[in-house]
Amino acid sequence: MEAFTTHTGRAVPLRRSNVDTDQIIPAHWLKKVTRDGFEDGLFEAWRKDPQFVLNQEAHRGATVLVAGPDFGTGSSREHAVWALQNYGFKAVISSRFADIFRGNSLKNGLLTVVLPQETVERLQQLAEEDPAAEVTVDLVARKVLAPGVEADFELDENARWRLLEGLDDISLTLREESAITAYEAKRPAFKPRTVVA
Amino acid sequence: MGRTLAEKVWDDHVVRRAEGEPDLLFIDLHLLHEVTSPQAFDGLRKAGRQVRRTDLTIATEDHNTPTLDIDKPIADPVSRTQLETLRKNCAEFGVRLHPLGDVEQGVVHVVGPQLGLTQPGTTVVCGDSHTSTHGAFGALAFGIGTSQVEHVLATQTLPLAPFKTMAITVEGELPDGVTAKDLILAIIAKIGTGGGQGYVLEYRGPAIEKLSMEARMTVCNMSIEAGARAGMIAPDDTTFAYLRGRAHAPEGTDWDDAVAYWRTLRTDDDAAFDAEVVIDAAELAPFVTWGTNPGQGAPLSARVPDPASYEDASERQAAEKALEYMGLTAGQPLREIGVDTVFVGSCTNGRIEDLRAAASVLEGRSVADGVRMLVVPGSVRVALQAVEEGLDKVFTAAGAEWRHAGCSMCLGMNPDQLAPGERSASTSNRNFEGRQGKGGRTHLVSPQVAAATAVLGHLASPADLSDADVRTPAGV
Ligand code: SF4
Repeated sequence: MEAFTTHTGRAVPLRRSNVDTDQIIPAHWLKKVTRDGFEDGLFEAWRKDPQFVLNQEAHRGATVLVAGPDFGTGSSREHAVWALQNYGFKAVISSRFADIFRGNSLKNGLLTVVLPQETVERLQQLAEEDPAAEVTVDLVARKVLAPGVEADFELDENARWRLLEGLDDISLTLREESAITAYEAKRPAFKPRTVVA
Repeated sequence: MGRTLAEKVWDDHVVRRAEGEPDLLFIDLHLLHEVTSPQAFDGLRKAGRQVRRTDLTIATEDHNTPTLDIDKPIADPVSRTQLETLRKNCAEFGVRLHPLGDVEQGVVHVVGPQLGLTQPGTTVVCGDSHTSTHGAFGALAFGIGTSQVEHVLATQTLPLAPFKTMAITVEGELPDGVTAKDLILAIIAKIGTGGGQGYVLEYRGPAIEKLSMEARMTVCNMSIEAGARAGMIAPDDTTFAYLRGRAHAPEGTDWDDAVAYWRTLRTDDDAAFDAEVVIDAAELAPFVTWGTNPGQGAPLSARVPDPASYEDASERQAAEKALEYMGLTAGQPLREIGVDTVFVGSCTNGRIEDLRAAASVLEGRSVADGVRMLVVPGSVRVALQAVEEGLDKVFTAAGAEWRHAGCSMCLGMNPDQLAPGERSASTSNRNFEGRQGKGGRTHLVSPQVAAATAVLGHLASPADLSDADVRTPAGV
């Protein structure tokens, strides 16, 4: 996983609540067997509308998505995170994320930042009024900075450390091999097995 | 201080606990399907890793599979590649697979319980959010992303930060004609699609204890629609009776040991939940959704709400967008909404009791002109049972299509889709924009409401049907 320390880029406001992962990447894209090439599927239905915010020339190349509450609800598809990253987003800001989406994003190095709804709205307004304004998401200082906005955000220490170091979870867990083996040795005999050994 | 059911199951699976770090939890059962696994197997291959516990892993094909002509090659080359990728991966890594055409094939959340693999007090994961279904057995079961699928394949564990717990107590008794689906839709409308966020929900109380295992699965299945990570119900005699004798249920002294342990899996009287919600079952009625998220629902007897009636600005905006997408106007009675398609199936309502319920409404009646009704059993076993009971004949005699098992129109990854602007009454779990096909409009309903809707051509419950809808039996 790529490490995330700090990122500065232009923001794009997505003024919708409850953006579910079916909207982020529709199901027919899920037939792909790779982790890349999902950028054209991102918000596919909405992008047919020339007025949709991602289609506006002024927001081209933006890398910070500022979304409404309850972003990433619904299906667990990690493809939603890949699609946002393939398109070029480095961070998503919202007042509330669905749990699975948030877990998936942090595992892939897409920073999801939770800010109070009024701060989110201020950032959206800023991006609408001045699409060239830059927003900095600083994971080291746990701050979001933009003209007229300075907001602290929380992220649990462990997730933050993994992101800052770009650490891969599996390698970390495999260091606990002996603890896993010890646990396996004491599992009760009645636990189900999918195949008979 | 006592512990809740979820905390007990959690504690029993901690492999390693350290200050300031997530707990490392052991996973008892890992379910795989074709959509969320290819990139995970790829990751293993790249890192030169094996599947640690093939004996705790099982795969089936469901999301992409066709429901017609299953003996012919799959027409869509991309779907075919995905299924072939799963087959290759399972062969290479030694994972048990039930492919299309196999008697144990079906929707992953129908297959696990019916094999008896889903058991009380286990941890169950799958790269699919409706893994919450398995919580009906008192399992801690939740959906994971593809990176976590890879993690479980490689280590049989997951590092997880603890969840909060919420009690949803359903007092009283469900009135006649009110089903588990109506109950969960009403719960979601009450707490909202974000209401369960960060929580494991425990459904409890007299109305829950009375539910069959299949009805409990319907309730737990849609926990994710309330934003929760998981839903659970304490195991009891209903649970044990369902499991006994199933292919992977414990036997002999193992059975006795298991039941003795399972009986300890109840929230202690002095345990505290982080949040509590109480619902009075007696106040519930058949429930349908009118909008584009599962929280936008109302009793069938209600009218389409006026967005202006919402105080919260983002809810108001969401309602406006939903009405526009759904092609509905505020104040329109829900009962007057006509549909083109009725879908009975999915991991929410594709089990045998659901098919029986729909068939009992359709028996001797006909699907309305201009309405197409698809009945898609949740698994091949469910289909076989339905055929044995003659339910398939009831459906086809009524003019419905009897299809092969799979996810089908629940998400329209296979050819079963709504056309733009088409409207469905669907027993599935998501009414998102385009979920059942681009531009398609979905109303979530119970199997009973689905069947009555098919007969009348507009949203309806069995109580709306009259004897006049019954066909005159042939020869009379
Ligand atoms: S039936 Fe629907 S909700 Fe269930 S696993 Fe299949 S696609 Fe997902």
